[in-house]
Amino acid sequence: MQKKKYKIETKRLNFFYGDHQALFDNDLSIEANKITAVIGPSGCGKSTHLRVYNRIFELHRGQRAEGEVFIDGKDILDPGIDLLDLRRRVGMIFQKPTPFPMSVFDNVAYPIRLHFKASQKEIAERVENALRGAALWDEVKDKLRESGQALSGGQQQRLCIARAIAAEPEILLMDEPTSAIDPVGTLKIEELMDRLRERFTIVIVTHNMQQASRISDTTAFFYKGSIVEVGPTKLIFTNPRNKQTEDYVSGRFG
Amino acid sequence: MKTRATFFRKTKDSLMRAFSGFATSMALVLMAWVIFTIVREGHSSISAELFLNASKPFGEVGGGIANALLGTVMITAGAAALALPPALAAGIWLAEFGKDSLLARAARFTVNVMMGVPSVIVGLFAYGVLVTTTGHFSGFAGSFSLAILMFPVVVRTTEDQFSGIGDALRESLLALGASRARSTLTVIWSAARSGVVTGVLLAVARVSGETAPLLFTALFADTWPTSYFSGPTPSAPVLITSYTMDSPFESMHRIGWSAALTMAFILLAVNITARYFGAKRAAKRK
Repeated sequence: MQKKKYKIETKRLNFFYGDHQALFDNDLSIEANKITAVIGPSGCGKSTHLRVYNRIFELHRGQRAEGEVFIDGKDILDPGIDLLDLRRRVGMIFQKPTPFPMSVFDNVAYPIRLHFKASQKEIAERVENALRGAALWDEVKDKLRESGQALSGGQQQRLCIARAIAAEPEILLMDEPTSAIDPVGTLKIEELMDRLRERFTIVIVTHNMQQASRISDTTAFFYKGSIVEVGPTKLIFTNPRNKQTEDYVSGRFG
Repeated sequence: MKTRATFFRKTKDSLMRAFSGFATSMALVLMAWVIFTIVREGHSSISAELFLNASKPFGEVGGGIANALLGTVMITAGAAALALPPALAAGIWLAEFGKDSLLARAARFTVNVMMGVPSVIVGLFAYGVLVTTTGHFSGFAGSFSLAILMFPVVVRTTEDQFSGIGDALRESLLALGASRARSTLTVIWSAARSGVVTGVLLAVARVSGETAPLLFTALFADTWPTSYFSGPTPSAPVLITSYTMDSPFESMHRIGWSAALTMAFILLAVNITARYFGAKRAAKRK
């Protein structure tokens, strides 16, 4: 059997909030152009794990990661890595939509102006492409100059997705992207993710097990900072090997 | 079980509410009283000449307050020019980068202490370092003393506004690959701006009425403020003090009251402008 090529390979990842250890020897390999769902009860370290991939945790004093995380074969925990370029290549969507206090257009143009030398015309094209990519164009094409904060919650989240993909990343990290969004908005975002998988490697943290089973190819089950089981989503939800996984996916705890 | 009679609880409730309502209305009454008094005393000398002419030496009839108003604008603007750049930078640094570091905690403590320093001491300090050393009073020395009073207020208000912005916005900026400095100066700043503007306007309004520091530094002059850097510079607060307290002439008392009335209305306007910015921000957050 040919060895699979992984986009992200995490090896013996440990994570600390000050003296408190939150992740224990996480090993996880994530395939390119697949959706990997990370599930588990609250406080199990799902989000913490995700936040290592773009080193966003470094904003906060006292948080540190140990171990290795290879993205395209390069250890991103290496202090010498270009952090701004890493974050361009690894986009992130948060639980709460965070439109910037500026127009819809400027929100999406922000990463373009940040990372690319583009003319006004090119910027406009890229903004449109990103908004189309996030399935938002038809809803906002007549209000590009209006504040991004005036959109509905679901639209704001898709605006954030458009903004993230405008940076032309390879990986999209989604940290409970629909937990603050109503069911209709959630459905739209899930449909969108299904299309995005062609272009991006997606890792999504979710509390919603139906969501994980609907959209993901692979599922990783976290419990108390450790990865208990990883496998094809169908298998995890129908025939898990581990008793804890089975209890969790069948709703017996969590 | 029998329920307890509610009569006493209801009575207590209404008494309590009546008392709080009365106490609250005291704030309005006080404000109205102040305004009523200065309008009553000051309205009679309000005229076009008052706002067009410079003041005249003690004892001479007539004269205006235009030189003092202009001097106050210059001294206050000078104070803002001196205090705002470092105060904004310090406030931003404390909120965004200093956080709980030793330097930040020491700076925060110092700023709090500075806010409590009486203005008369700041005035004396400015007198010591800028008047006795140069050998002359000056509007600039006045600006310097007001800047010292303005600085801690602006640092605090800036830090508060920036700290009030959730980390969610910071994280989403960094996650796009923006540097800390760039995200702070672009998006975080524009999110904090209206609150900072409100705080700055209030701080400016506050120090523009300070009198004690100016008595040590800018002093006063019955001329137009043409020697801001090298000589005594008139200002409205000092005019009000000396015209109403030091002069035996009734005509000067009237002018002093009119100047007070003018200052009160200008400051009221600045305050309302500041609140307007604040209200706009609150509406946007909803």
